[in-house]
Formats: sequence, structure tokens, C-alpha cells
Amino acid sequence: MAGQEAGASAHKDPSQLRQKQMLAEYFTRLAQAPETGGRCAYTFVPGNLTELLLSFDVLPVLPEINALQSGMRGKSRDYIALAEKLGHSEDVCTYVKCDIGMLKSGNIGPTGQRIPAPSLLLLSYTGCFTFVKWFELLREQYRCPAVMLHVPYQGDGRITASMRSYVVDQLRKRVIPALEQVTGKAYDEERLRELLARSAAAENDFSWILEAAKNIPSPIDAYFGGVYYISPIFTAFRGTPEAVSYYRELRAEVEERLRLKKGPVTPKGELGRERYRVVVEGPPNWTSFWQFWEMFAEEGAVVVASSYTKVGGIYENGFRHDPSRPLESLAEYCMGCYTNLNLPTRTAMLARYLQEYRADGFLVNSVKSCDSFSAGQLLILREVENRTGKPGGFIESDLVDPRYFSAANVKNRLESYFQMIEQKRRREGIS
Amino acid sequence: MNSKDAEELLERAEALYRDHRLQSVREWKRRSGGLAVGYLPIYIPRELLHAQGVLPVGLMGGGDDLEVIRGDSYYQSYICHLPRSTLELGLNGSLDCLDGMIFPAICDVIRNMSGMWKMLFPDKLVRYLDLPQNFDREIGGKFYRRQLEELSQDMVALGARPLEEESLRRSMAIYNENRRLVRELWELRREEPWKVPASEFYLILRAGLVLAVEEHSRMLENYRMHVHADPGRKPMDQARVLVTGCFCEQPPLGFIKTLERAGCYIVEDDLVQIHRWFHRDIPLEGDPLENCIAAFLEDAVASPTRYIGDQEKGRELVERARRSGAEGVLFCAPSFCDPALLDQPMLVAAVEKAGIQWTGFKYTENLGQFQVIREQAGTFADSIRLWSGV
Ligand code: SF4
Ligand code: SF4
Repeated sequence: MAGQEAGASAHKDPSQLRQKQMLAEYFTRLAQAPETGGRCAYTFVPGNLTELLLSFDVLPVLPEINALQSGMRGKSRDYIALAEKLGHSEDVCTYVKCDIGMLKSGNIGPTGQRIPAPSLLLLSYTGCFTFVKWFELLREQYRCPAVMLHVPYQGDGRITASMRSYVVDQLRKRVIPALEQVTGKAYDEERLRELLARSAAAENDFSWILEAAKNIPSPIDAYFGGVYYISPIFTAFRGTPEAVSYYRELRAEVEERLRLKKGPVTPKGELGRERYRVVVEGPPNWTSFWQFWEMFAEEGAVVVASSYTKVGGIYENGFRHDPSRPLESLAEYCMGCYTNLNLPTRTAMLARYLQEYRADGFLVNSVKSCDSFSAGQLLILREVENRTGKPGGFIESDLVDPRYFSAANVKNRLESYFQMIEQKRRREGIS
Repeated sequence: MNSKDAEELLERAEALYRDHRLQSVREWKRRSGGLAVGYLPIYIPRELLHAQGVLPVGLMGGGDDLEVIRGDSYYQSYICHLPRSTLELGLNGSLDCLDGMIFPAICDVIRNMSGMWKMLFPDKLVRYLDLPQNFDREIGGKFYRRQLEELSQDMVALGARPLEEESLRRSMAIYNENRRLVRELWELRREEPWKVPASEFYLILRAGLVLAVEEHSRMLENYRMHVHADPGRKPMDQARVLVTGCFCEQPPLGFIKTLERAGCYIVEDDLVQIHRWFHRDIPLEGDPLENCIAAFLEDAVASPTRYIGDQEKGRELVERARRSGAEGVLFCAPSFCDPALLDQPMLVAAVEKAGIQWTGFKYTENLGQFQVIREQAGTFADSIRLWSGV
């Protein structure tokens, strides 16, 4: 999600500026928490319970976001090296090591301000087992209260009543009491409902924005640009009036681009001719994010749909947070995150994107860190190719460990991939 | 049992360990006409399947003698080895005698593999068994009960008999007995490790993954009789070590032998942990299914695959080291195994705090060279002996 260093991107839309300001205010509030008595809970993006936390006036802190920001700001190399020096294996998820390294280096966030220690560790175990270990590690460091929310996996591709009530029971009997204890406040369901209603409003606009990429040319880039679009809704802002107006404004911008038949703004400026439309599976690389995006932009490639923009939740099937069923809808939200879906569902979803977004091909960016995303991607690739007849491509990198991003290699692969699409077009007589 | 019988017993255990085509399972099915269902590491409630007449078959990868060709093409280089070899076995027909597969919730690789199996083997039953990470009976217990009921319904759909209280109670008693026999050998090994070499015991435990439990219990009894009677098992000057890890992907047998040859008595380990998943017998009185659930929630070992919510990380490990009289801890982890490798720093800290020496190894199931391991383990054993003599 959005790095503070806007890198090569010269042009800034009003929504981008607003987002920057929202983030700055958020980090300031966090930094001032020790003086103001504000509380924060560390938690994860997939299955986050932002509305519930905000209903207790607790600010969420997302360690994955801190890690990716460190990656974008060129800090992750040192943080990872420090964690490895402290005994963390070179084999494991680099988000964890980056976070541990950052913690050991003073916990300075992306705006240069200190991120306070957590009042609570809210371990939302959704879609990634590493989360469990990560928070066990943090608990050892902070010795603060911790509460676990185990979100069952959609192993059979569906949510059952038992899964739903398991999550609701945990919310009611574990998570809410932990928040009450930490804040000294009683659970206020009315307040939660208000927040959820605002979430739903923002989700309507957000969902519309992602679907705008079905147009040709696409007014947005749903991977690199998508990282910015998902930032407020998947982090500390869902449920706030700021998020509602951010998405309203963003939607208006996208509508305008659509009206003018303009492509997305890339680090190279506005994209000229849209030459390739691709669907991407897997998270981006953060240490060379701009360079990576440029490689696409130089080729006239636009990402029209991506799985990464679904890590925090999926809205295209009609899901919205529902104020009339507050805890149930939080439970369904948690269970619906992309990495909580089984492989057949993920495959079907990606194949559908290729059709619905009229894409030319499918590309996997496989990151070394993440078993949750990566284990099984080669089968997904094969299956999506078979089902759609569209060419698939495969790149390997990592999230925040710069040792695993080889620019020359990635560029070569991308160039040959786009050539492959070109050849296929020629064969099919499409220019 | 004479030494020839003992030799045969160990040969049989090793043959079962190396039998990727699961001949013993095929024979069992022919004899009994029953169903056999495979499961991946680390834990599933085998009693339930047994009570429905289904043979639970534990799969632990392909070891060091399986050539992995197709399995590799499904995984990037930075994913551990076990899923590749398991897929290889699926794709080359070795597992075709299994009527279904159970994938317990232990990590994201196994979790995703459940979906891959659905896609690659659409005619086979695939069950993802979501083991609860909330250990409250009213919350996690309720969810787990439903998981188990669904599992049991799956078995019925395959053609197994329905789960009945009495048969479940009987099966629990049979598994309690099996675990008790394992525990006895465990304790004997703590007392007199020279009588129960880890490499032998390991093979016996592995046999328990594919044999019917009744037959495995006989094997354990025979082995126990033999080790008690064998005059050739004499103490040597070896260092007492505890081998710990996740042990989903297993090290090759040569790895365990190397540790022993390097001067270590393995007095405690986490290998094939399903046989010691519970500290005590599961009670038989009352609702048997509820007792299985309670045992899982309240009496299971502190595996890296379980969230340790209200306990100090590493406390159980330190207690085990103390109880077993281990003088050192060997941390072993499969390469690229997040659960094991992320757990390790916390456990290392606990062990260091307790003043216990430790060293660590990484392995893959198909590791072929043991020289480095031998040197490292040898140095470690020497240093223990040196210090214990001070
Ligand atoms: S393994 Fe993947 S999902 Fe889990 S923390 Fe790491 S990057 Fe995130
Ligand atoms: S070895 Fe580790 S990462 Fe690999 S499947 Fe087993 S538990 Fe998962």
C-alpha cells in the first residue's frame, strides 16, 4: 500500500494528495499516542477489524504495511540483515524480519515518527499461518496483552454456518472483552453499526473503481495503481468519514478519466496507447516498486485486475459490511479475503478476470516470502492458461528483500512475455 | 523374541518406511475390504477413522530415495520439499490405493496443497481439516466438533460405516494402548538410551503410520521385549540430546543415524509426533467425541503449528529437556519451513535462558551428504561431554 515516497510519480491527483494527508495525520496521531493516552492495536490487513477497533477508539497498526513502507523507503535491507543477525532464518517471510529489524531499530515509521508499542496484539489469523508466529514473536518483545482471532479457511470453497459462528463467538467472547479490558470502555454496538454503514458506502465506490478497468482503455492500473486505491480501505480508515469522501473523490476522478478515454497515470506520466491488458497474481515487489511499474508502463501494459488488491477483502461478489448484522458481517469479511480462498476458487476467480476484463494474458509475480500466495501458483498458472487460452507469464521476486529482485531478469522476462502476446495476436490476425 | 526375529522386525519396519507404493495398505484393503484414507503431517484424530473401519495412512513425503520429477514442476525453489514428493507420489500412482486425503491445518503449504489435490485428483475425496487455534471448549471445541462431524460424514459418503459412540470408545481405547506402548519405550529410552536407538525407534514409529493400529501395537510390544532381552545393548559415553522441530517434512534416516554416530544419544525428540500428541490417555467415560475434542484442546503438545496463547514460548521444551535429562538441544528444521523456522528463535531464547546448550540444523528430506552434520553434531556432543565433566 501507498509508500510515502511517491518515487517517479510526478503528477498527483487530488485523491493522492488527500491520501498522503490522511496517512500523515494517522502517523502523527500514533506518534502522539503516548502523550494523548491514545491506544493502538497491532493487527494484520487480511481480516482486519478496523471498524471494531475504531469503535473503541483504538488505532490499528499494520505491521505488513510498515514492512512494505520500509521496503519502499530503502530501509528493509538493513532491517532484514539485523533480524538475521539476531537468529532469524534467511528462509522465512521477509515481512516478519523487516518488522523485527524495524522494532529493534527504534520502531520509526514511514513519516520518521516513532510508532508506539501496542496496547494490544490482535492476531487476526486470516489467510496466513505466518501471522501466528509473527505475533508470538512480537508478544515476546512487547509482553503486552494478545488476543487471537482464528478465521477458518474456505477449504471447500464456501463459508459454513459453523465457520461463521466460530468467528462470531471469538469476537464476542474473546476479542471484544480484550478490547474492553484494554480501553476500559464498553462495547458500543450502535457505534460499530455507524462505522460499518460508512464502510459499506466506501466499499460501493471502491468496488466501482476496480471494475472501471473493464473499460478499454482502462482508466486505472489495478495492481500498481491499485496499491494506492486499497490503502485507506484495507488499513486504518475503513468506517471513517475520511474514507467515504476519499473514495467518492477517487471515483469522480476515475469517471472523468473514463469520459476522456484516458489511461492510468504511471511513473512515466500518463499512459499513452494501451497495448497490453494483463491480470496479475501475487503481491508486488516493494523495494523496486517504481522500477517494476515502469517496466510495464514502457511496454504500454496495464494491469486490469489483480489478486493483490483482494488481500484485504473481496467486494465484487456483492459483499458489503452490513450494519444490521455487525459481527456476522465482520466474520464474513474476514473469511472472504483472497488468501483465505482455496486454490480452485482462486483459479476460477483469476480465469474469470481474464474474460471479464478482456485481458490479453495472465502474469504471476511469485514472491519468495509468501507461502500463502506462492505455494500452488504454478498450478494456477497452468490451469488459467488452459481454461482461457491466454498466455501466462511467471516472474520471481520478493516483497521487501532487495536481494531477490533482479531488475535485468524481470525486465527480460516481461519483454519476452509481451512478445509472446504479440505473436499470439499475429497468429490470430489481431493487430 | 530372539535376535533373528528382532532383525526381521526392524527390516520390516524399514521396508514399510521405504515402501512408497503402500503395499501394506493395499494388502490390508484386500484382506479387510475396508477403506484407506491418507493424511498429511502432523496430527489428525485417527481414532475417528478407525471407528468407522477406515485405515488412516500417514504420509510423510518421499524421503531420500524417491526421484522427484513432476512434483518439482509444481513448486518454486523456495518451497520446502515435502509437498513436491507427496505430489510426485500422487501423480505416479503410488497413492492410488487411498480413497481420500486429509490435509490438516498446519501451514499454508499444506493448506494450499489441499486445493491443488482437488484440482489434480478431482475423483478423490479431499478434506481440509481446520484444526482450531482457539482452545476454549465452548468456542474452538464447538467448531472442532463440527469439523469432526463433517469428516465422519465424508467417510460415510465414501462407503464407511457411520460413527457410533461405542465403536469410537473402542477405537480410543486401542489408540490409548498404542500411545501407552510408545510412551513406555519413550521412557525406557530416557532411562537407558542405549537400549532404544533413535534410528530404530524412528522406523518403528513410522511403521505406525501405515499399519493398522492393532498390528503396530504388536510390533511395539515385540520390539520392547527384544530391547529388554538383548544383552548387546550396552551404554557408551554419548551426550544426551533432545531433538526438536516441527518435523512435518522428515529428515532422512541417515540424518538420525549420523547424529547417533556423532556421539549423541537422542533421549527425546519430536519425530513422528502424532504418536505422542497427547500427554495422557484420552478418557473413555462420557461422550467419547467430546473427550477427543477436549484432549486436542487441552492436552496436546506445544507443536510449532499450534498457537501458544497463554503460556511462555519454549516452557514445555525446557521442561522436557529437564525431565529427559538432556544435556543439549538440537534444533532441526526443514529448509523453507516457516512454522519451524519462525518458532526457533523463541525456543532458542528459552533454552538459552535455561542455560542449556544448543545447536541447529536445516535439512531436506532428500539430503544426501551428512559430513557437515556429522562434524557439527560431533563437535556439539564433544562440547557437552567436556562441560559435563567439569
Ligand atoms: S507469508 Fe505472505 S501473507 Fe503471510 S505475512 Fe508473509 S507476506 Fe504476508
Ligand atoms: S515442512 Fe513446514 S512448510 Fe513444508 S509443508 Fe511441512 S510444515 Fe509446511
